[in-house]
Amino acid sequence: MSDTGIGARVLRKEDQRFITGKGRYTDDINLKDQTFAYFVRSPHAHATIKSINTAKAKKMPGVVDIFTSKEVEQDKIGGLICGWMIHSKDGSPMKAGPHPILASGKVRFVGDQVAVVIAETRAQAKAAAEAVAISYGVLPHVIDAADAMKSNAQVHDVAPDNRVYNWSIGDEAATAAAFKSAAHVTKLDLINNRLIPNAMETRAAIGSYDTGSDHYTLYTTSQNPHVARLVISAFHGLAPEHKLRVIAPDVGGGFGSKIFIYGEEVVCVWASKRIGGRPVKWTADRSEAFLSDAHGRDHVTHAELAMDDSGKITALRVNTKASMGAYLSTFSAAVPTYLYATLLSGQYNIPNIYAEVDAVYTNTAPVDAYRGAGRPEATYVVERIVETAARELKMDPAEFRRKNFITSFPHQTPVIFTYDAGDYGASLDKALELSDYKNFASRKALSAKNGKLRGVGFSAYIEACGIAPSAAVGSLGAGVGLWESAEVRVNAVGTVEVLTGSHSHGQGHETTFAQLVSDRLGIDINNVAIVHGDTDKVQMGMGTYGSRSGAVGMTAVSKALDKIEAKAKRVAAAVMEASTDDIEFKNGTFTVKGTDKKMAFGEVALAAYVGHKINSSEIELGLKETSFHDPSNFVFPAGVHICEVEVDADTGLTKIASYTAVDDFGTIINPMIVEGQVQGGVAQGIGQALIEGCTYDKESGQLLTGSFMDYNMPRAANMPHIENFKLGFTFTKCPSNPLGMKGCGEAGAIAAPPAVINAITDAIGVRDIAMPATPLTVWNAMQPMKRAAE
Amino acid sequence: MENFNYHRPATVSAAAALLKKSKDGTYMSGGHTLLPTMKVGLASPTDIIDLTAIKGFSGITVSASAVVIKAGTTHMEVATSAAVKKAIPALWEMAGKIGGVHVRHRGTIGGSIANSDPAADYPSACVGLGATIITDKRKIPADSFFTGMFETALKPGEIITAVSFPIPKKSSHQKFPNPASRYALTGVFMSQDKAGKVRVAVTGAGPMVFRVTDMEAALGKSFAASALSGISVKSKGLNTDMHATAEYRAHLISVLAKRAVEAAK
Amino acid sequence: MTAVSMKVNGKAVAGDVESRKLLVDFIRENLGLTGTHVGCDTSQCGACVVHIDGKAVKSCTVLTVACEGMDITTIEGIAKNGKLHPMQQAFHEEHGLQCGFCTPGMIMSSIDIVKRNGKKVSEDVIRRELSGNICRCTGYHNIVAAVQSAAGKM
Repeated sequence: MSDTGIGARVLRKEDQRFITGKGRYTDDINLKDQTFAYFVRSPHAHATIKSINTAKAKKMPGVVDIFTSKEVEQDKIGGLICGWMIHSKDGSPMKAGPHPILASGKVRFVGDQVAVVIAETRAQAKAAAEAVAISYGVLPHVIDAADAMKSNAQVHDVAPDNRVYNWSIGDEAATAAAFKSAAHVTKLDLINNRLIPNAMETRAAIGSYDTGSDHYTLYTTSQNPHVARLVISAFHGLAPEHKLRVIAPDVGGGFGSKIFIYGEEVVCVWASKRIGGRPVKWTADRSEAFLSDAHGRDHVTHAELAMDDSGKITALRVNTKASMGAYLSTFSAAVPTYLYATLLSGQYNIPNIYAEVDAVYTNTAPVDAYRGAGRPEATYVVERIVETAARELKMDPAEFRRKNFITSFPHQTPVIFTYDAGDYGASLDKALELSDYKNFASRKALSAKNGKLRGVGFSAYIEACGIAPSAAVGSLGAGVGLWESAEVRVNAVGTVEVLTGSHSHGQGHETTFAQLVSDRLGIDINNVAIVHGDTDKVQMGMGTYGSRSGAVGMTAVSKALDKIEAKAKRVAAAVMEASTDDIEFKNGTFTVKGTDKKMAFGEVALAAYVGHKINSSEIELGLKETSFHDPSNFVFPAGVHICEVEVDADTGLTKIASYTAVDDFGTIINPMIVEGQVQGGVAQGIGQALIEGCTYDKESGQLLTGSFMDYNMPRAANMPHIENFKLGFTFTKCPSNPLGMKGCGEAGAIAAPPAVINAITDAIGVRDIAMPATPLTVWNAMQPMKRAAE
Repeated sequence: MENFNYHRPATVSAAAALLKKSKDGTYMSGGHTLLPTMKVGLASPTDIIDLTAIKGFSGITVSASAVVIKAGTTHMEVATSAAVKKAIPALWEMAGKIGGVHVRHRGTIGGSIANSDPAADYPSACVGLGATIITDKRKIPADSFFTGMFETALKPGEIITAVSFPIPKKSSHQKFPNPASRYALTGVFMSQDKAGKVRVAVTGAGPMVFRVTDMEAALGKSFAASALSGISVKSKGLNTDMHATAEYRAHLISVLAKRAVEAAK
Repeated sequence: MTAVSMKVNGKAVAGDVESRKLLVDFIRENLGLTGTHVGCDTSQCGACVVHIDGKAVKSCTVLTVACEGMDITTIEGIAKNGKLHPMQQAFHEEHGLQCGFCTPGMIMSSIDIVKRNGKKVSEDVIRRELSGNICRCTGYHNIVAAVQSAAGKM
């Protein structure tokens, strides 16, 4: 291994600009003559828009113009789409209500955008927005997923019972039969709490229309600028793709929330033309972000697990209600279906699984993919009920899991997926060792001496990443293919630019992708530049989400490098007057087998461009190759996480005493970056389990957790001490891509919540506790026991 | 946030005159309550009179009987004062727990007390130590200074200039922070004066800081955690919000009070 | 409009600003120093932290007019003669950043923490004193490691 190649802990190339304040995020960009947009948002959860009067606001200082759905409709700008079609089990298509970029006729959640004010300054736009007079006719609303189907509030006309779809997977009859003959059945009702993503950079956009060339540019905080361009062109009908450039510059975190196409960015680019070509800039306040970013999770689930008399799992049955919020966001429909129920087999050999999902509209912000997207919800169901079953059977939770692990691969689950490789027992062993599980009892005793209740919880998670073969996702309802592209441009002097459709917003692609190139071409990592995030520079690509940049994005780079190597060999052969078959390439040098002839990579690149010594009728000049890689399968990272907590029985305060994460991500390009992904993911998972929760007031429909004053974000002190946070890795090579990579971005957020909750329920001796397990919630949960003891 | 006239007087009397002259003016010290309130549109004063440039407006003096902290003294100055640590360790400790580092660098004792935030820490120290609030006009005992949620005995235009804390025999501060805002979800400041009289002041749990007289009486007889057994705080009238119910807050008061007795020094 | 002058990163700067102009907006808009970020509107996140007269403060909660005559340091001003500040270097070496958005505020707060608590600042103190800075990417693990590492070198 070279010190900058695959597997090396290379310090990040992108750090320099971030640590010196030279990062360039969307809000850092200012265009000449720009105006500022401010959105008027609904104060009601559900209401008809009776009238909008902008006359007074239009006269306010600095106001350039004000637009509502009227102008949107005049210009025939299409509505936001959901890019995944789900069919109900009766065969009917999901019921997608209209989602205009500015609300038309009706508002459906607090924060729904109704009008946009464009002014010379942000303060002027905001002041005028307050003067836009809107008359609302308030309608009944529904907040909770559990209430949606029986509510008298009807969010969309197309869905009379607020049900978007009633979807199922698995064999219902066979599962029912397995339950009938079960020796033991464990039942559990679970809520997966709604979360607000809160990337530290809020969403922002600058739309700019060039009247001279009839061309639009959109700067936006996106995880996938090409998809944004495609949707804005094809569905909003704003401009054809060649007339629209989308740039996602430095992006300050995404976690899913910046995958989606939102109304605000479409408005900015559309409005720029409306006001004669001056750029329109919008940056969300954090308060707006709370209201209008797509939220995550929000499932209500009943699960049942059947076992035979030896403790072997024979069946799992799951019924879930999933809130979609008020509109179907870009990928929302796929989250509680193909990204969720397909993972219900977990790491276990479960012969029969049946799951039914009702997706429902509520008068809340749209819900879509958030770090893990469906897989955390599935893992929470599986790992909570497995832990509960083990306790009921009085079996050690580790051994109960081991007894039911899948041990041979490939393994076909009853819920679509074919797991290709894994060694779950190895991860469990390593996690038991790293966490010193065998001495847990003595630590528990020590905690008790200090007046604290100690508990331990397991989570043996699996996820499906890389999403994935285009034909497969197409057959499941995806509106796009989920491949990735790469172009490798070798310059005449042998330096390299890689243009990738993946987008980095914290993942460190500028380093890891360069490591791959350095490794393959044997060149200095500093001679490699990674270009991404600009549709004018980079060929069509699909972007970054679902832990796919490694397994899919880097594989595209790898395939383009294969072509580069093949072409370079032909060039080298021509220059060295040898047969291409005799050319060998190693450590950046081309040699002719059996001779001392050699050329450095840079010399070959130069030869390819000057063309002096190659016959250009046989070998095309230049050295630049493209690959569009469509994976042959999902990838299946898996691991075992073990959490120990200490609960202060007096106050209900839970402290993460230790956390152990053992993951199998296949090949790791840069362990430093991968560890960082695990640590960050676990922090989000601990956040979900202990402190984070989005709360709407059921009565008023208002968002109660609308700022960092009320929404609990994990802080440094919420996390375990450095010495108590242990990471380990096991390895099975992923067979579906040449690098053997699996994906690491979401694992922590997927694995952590059940590990933490299993530990708390163990510590305080309850069957279940709601997330977030705040001090209040834990204290409340302990009261019945205390009363019983008194 | 709306625009306003900004003033930065050099004397207390000039500040008072400016406020009197303004249409709807307000004093500002660290600004860490006022500015966030203005940003969300919940306050829009016509004039801000910044008190931080007033000469001699900050500083700490410790005598044999009292710690006197001038109004413009930041929380960080108190939290890093060796003299305060020696005289009233609980006060020193409490100052180090207010907000975060940045808030402590800017926020002042005068601003905190004048605001009477129901979840702020300083009001509990004032009441828990039986402090005297000194203004440009008079001296007000802490017990009668805080009159309600965001309300005090200050008259319009009156400026806090200092707070005098009598040095107790023992004191202790216990805080259970709101996990999001870091304000006190419930906080207890307790002291025992040299004559053995005990004060137990609670913040974060009710509409304003208040004393728990049952506990004070019991601890006056025996300053030990065991003296608090059987004394429970009624939840009626305490705050309920999504972070804590009134019952939970009542329970926390008992827990924190016991811990305070044990930690008092 | 009020005329205001101060020192920013060692250079004298001046401008005419409205009373309500927040220091962070003056730094970003008037001075074009966009390394100081805005991540919230409730003074919680700490992305905007700069030093005023050597102390870490949230520049979203300070009026520009109140900084008359003061000495401001932003993330752009801590590297000296092209050499990174030990805290910047430590964030790089310990992988204490991912998306980079909270990083300037984190670094400015961390310098203040070490300055007040000394080379041997404990992990507990670092974690407690970072409570006013929110990071969504790193889980804080490597940030804490970076502060500890830099502490020994400052």
